[in-house]
Amino acid sequence: MKKTLQRDLFPGALEMMILRVLKRKPSHGYALVQHIKRTSDDLLQIEEGSLYPALQRLLKAELVKAEWGVSSTNRRVRTYRLTSAGAKHLEREVSSFERMLEGITRVLAPGES
Amino acid sequence: MSWLRQLFSRRRLYKDLSEEIHEHLEEKIEELVAGGMSRKDATAAARRAFGNVTLTEEDSRNVWRWPSVEELLADVRYGLRALRRNPLFTVVASLTIAIGIGANTAVFSVVNSVLLKPLNYPNAEQLVSLHQIAPGAPGLADFESGLHLSPSMYFTYAEHNRAFQSLGVWVTGTASVTGVAEPEQVRTVDVSDGVLQALDVPPAVGRWLSEADQVPRGPQRVMLSYGYWQRRFGGDRSIVGRNLTVDAQPREVVGVTHKGFRLVDTDFDVMVPVAFDRRNLILAGFGFEGVARMKPGFTIAEANADLTRMLSIWMDSWTNGPGTNPHFYETWKITPMIRPLKREVTGNVSDVLWVVMGTIGLVMLIACANVTNLLLARIEARQQELAVRAALGAGWVRMVRGLLLESMMLALMGGALGAAFAYAGVRLLLVIGPANLPRLSEISLDVRTLGFTVVLAVLSGLILGLIPALKYAGPLASLALRSGGRAASASRERYRARNILVVAQVAMALVLLVSAGLMIRTFRALRTVDPGFAAPQHLQVMRISIPDALVPEPERVLRIQNEIVEKLVATPGVQSAGLVSEMPMEGFDSDWDCIFAQDKTYPDNVMAPLYLYKHISPGFLQTAGTRLIVGREFTWNDVYGLRPLVMISENLARELWGTPAAAIGKQLREFPSMPWHQVIGVIQDVRERGVQEKAPEIVYWPPMMAYLFGRKTADTVRTVTFVIRSERAGTEGFLNEVRQAVWSVNSNLPLASVRTMEEVYDKSGARTSFTLVMLGIAGAMALVLGIIGIYGVISYTVSQRKREIGIRLALGAQGGDVLQMVLKQGAKMALVGVAIGIGAAFALTRLMTNLLFGVTAHDPVTFAAVAAVLIMVALLACYIPARRAMLVDPIVALRYE
Repeated sequence: MKKTLQRDLFPGALEMMILRVLKRKPSHGYALVQHIKRTSDDLLQIEEGSLYPALQRLLKAELVKAEWGVSSTNRRVRTYRLTSAGAKHLEREVSSFERMLEGITRVLAPGES
Repeated sequence: MSWLRQLFSRRRLYKDLSEEIHEHLEEKIEELVAGGMSRKDATAAARRAFGNVTLTEEDSRNVWRWPSVEELLADVRYGLRALRRNPLFTVVASLTIAIGIGANTAVFSVVNSVLLKPLNYPNAEQLVSLHQIAPGAPGLADFESGLHLSPSMYFTYAEHNRAFQSLGVWVTGTASVTGVAEPEQVRTVDVSDGVLQALDVPPAVGRWLSEADQVPRGPQRVMLSYGYWQRRFGGDRSIVGRNLTVDAQPREVVGVTHKGFRLVDTDFDVMVPVAFDRRNLILAGFGFEGVARMKPGFTIAEANADLTRMLSIWMDSWTNGPGTNPHFYETWKITPMIRPLKREVTGNVSDVLWVVMGTIGLVMLIACANVTNLLLARIEARQQELAVRAALGAGWVRMVRGLLLESMMLALMGGALGAAFAYAGVRLLLVIGPANLPRLSEISLDVRTLGFTVVLAVLSGLILGLIPALKYAGPLASLALRSGGRAASASRERYRARNILVVAQVAMALVLLVSAGLMIRTFRALRTVDPGFAAPQHLQVMRISIPDALVPEPERVLRIQNEIVEKLVATPGVQSAGLVSEMPMEGFDSDWDCIFAQDKTYPDNVMAPLYLYKHISPGFLQTAGTRLIVGREFTWNDVYGLRPLVMISENLARELWGTPAAAIGKQLREFPSMPWHQVIGVIQDVRERGVQEKAPEIVYWPPMMAYLFGRKTADTVRTVTFVIRSERAGTEGFLNEVRQAVWSVNSNLPLASVRTMEEVYDKSGARTSFTLVMLGIAGAMALVLGIIGIYGVISYTVSQRKREIGIRLALGAQGGDVLQMVLKQGAKMALVGVAIGIGAAFALTRLMTNLLFGVTAHDPVTFAAVAAVLIMVALLACYIPARRAMLVDPIVALRYE
């Protein structure tokens, strides 16, 4: 019954969030997903694995770059960072998302009937 | 370019990805363990939170992929796997295609090299042969080569034309070369100024002959062909500037032609400049071929008009001597008919090649039909698989594509194999092809031919795949799942495509077999024609030339020739010997001239009909086996005594005087200044230019005459063919003795064109035998493929109807009924195929009319015989599966279920 309440993200939403997180601070996959879960207070049910195809798409579009390195916990990690194209893309996406959200919110708002 | 980089760095990308995911899980597990979970629980929890690892990896990898190509590759792999699973089918199908493609590629390479590629001269499209006809010239209509040019015509054309850059005349001949090893007779071409300029190709060594080499009584020069230079002088460059004795005349070698150079269609050893002396030229002397290069922008019609204009200049500028009317030639209606040089070179071989190409193309279609049938049967067996795939959501477009890919792979494999076959096939073609096939040395598998192979393979792949693919993988494929399995019985629908294919195969096979049958009839008709000589396998011929410089006195020449004949007769095993100016079918141009009969009147009294003439020695007729119809032949006494006697061919006697007997005692002469010669004998007609062509009228003069070639003094023919009848003809030992016999008379005489008459005869029929062999091969292939087609379909039907047949038998049908039922099915297909085939053959065989002899293109005997044979063979092919049907055990057949 929890399943029925759960909603899929719209296409591009995950990518947008990843870019936003990476803009704040370059990080590796695990850290990314933990950050998204934590900041969304677990409102968003994200399968951890679904992060990776999204990351590959961003890599392919050259919106992020990846580099192997060693984390503070002395673990071999692949750190992603935003490219300048990624930053521009994020800006566009966020503004268009905000407009869409506003539209949806207005429609959903209790009307003055 | 980034996609290219991605393609190559994919392996690294995937490795990074797996590693990353692995690290991710590890980190999570560690964190959970640190939080107090057992390692096992932590692993499970981490995996649960992560989701399906394999799918994630797969999805992530897919980001990098090129979906359409990858799908295609997957389909190709799938197809290859399907082909590998059924190796027998794959081998049979691809071999069938390979043979078809191989044969087509081989023939195409010949068509391409001979007919399609431009000639090996720069701007070859400007080159023309100065062909002209003279429909008004009596007797000349028989000569397919038309009216050749006379030297005076050459001067007129060369000096007054507007349409040509350069223009010249040439003629082939033979000459003896002495002073280098053994005396040797070589093939020559005599060329005027303008010929080499028109052809415009550089020499390999030295320089071309030029105008300065063609001055009458000027310095004597000569050019060598590349082949002769290699053969005789081992490619020694210092030959340039040295002297070569040609016909006892020393000539300075000025250069060597490049490799493969031919003068129009003629291979030669030495090229001799001709130096016409303008002062001695008359209008007549039509003995030269003309070749010219048109100015850019001129059309053939304009060039023809230019020549027509110059004809009156020619008649105004020259004469045939006092008392003659130069404008007499207007009655000949000389008409220039310039031909592109390429047509001159390829000649009538194009008919043969296109017919062969067409038949081989038909064989390819039959092969495709066979393979399509195989594919249909195979796909029927795979219907369940296809239906399941469709049910599982495979789009039908993708399934059609998959099937097409399979047939395409078959076709491409066949094509690759076929290219190898073609390589061997071209070798074979060159062996069985007519030896006089033009441009033989140019035949090769070039880029265009390989392109043709690829196109053919792709096309056949499409044809092969389309029918089965559309039929079984189409939108209706899902029906198969429902009707599949045991319920499927023989619906008419199911067999229609395959039946149509078999009918088409039978029809095409009939067309090919009828063509082959017509060629066989032609061949047999040719063999029954009396060529005018007997038992050619026992007739040895050879050419010997006695040049002026070696023996100046004409009578001495005759004595030497006579002595050679006697020595030859004295050779063991020789029955008789004689000589003639040229044997029939030898390919040497015979002479012809106006011949006057005393009791006829001629316009202007200067021009009479043109007839071929020859010179024959006593004993020639008996040796050659040419029958004397009436009268007697020359004796040596007649010849030495210069008695004015002549013999004529039977058809000439009939034309002039009605019967051969009436000709005896009548009088003939060649030109007004010659005394009348009395006809003493009439000789049977001889097929001078091959059995396919009508025997020309011929005048036979003695070998020495008082007025030969218009000279007032006695003269002889210096180049003649010796003819020897012997059971030993053609053997090496015999030829050695013959050589010794000749050299015992004069050791400076080279022997040329040493052959048996049978070789000459076969060579003249080479075109027919080549066509026959090619059509025979095509017909046999078609027949075998057609039988396999019928057999395959019938036996497949029988195997599918086993249950039905079992029920029939169980219900009381007799074995004979079943046999009849199956045979009837086969007979129906064969009959329909034959009927369609007869219609098609009726339309198509007309195209080969030119190749036929003694039989019409619609010969009822051939049509009926081929149809009967085809139906019988088809029934035989049905009989084996029909017997199997008859022997079906009802119990076994029904228990199958």
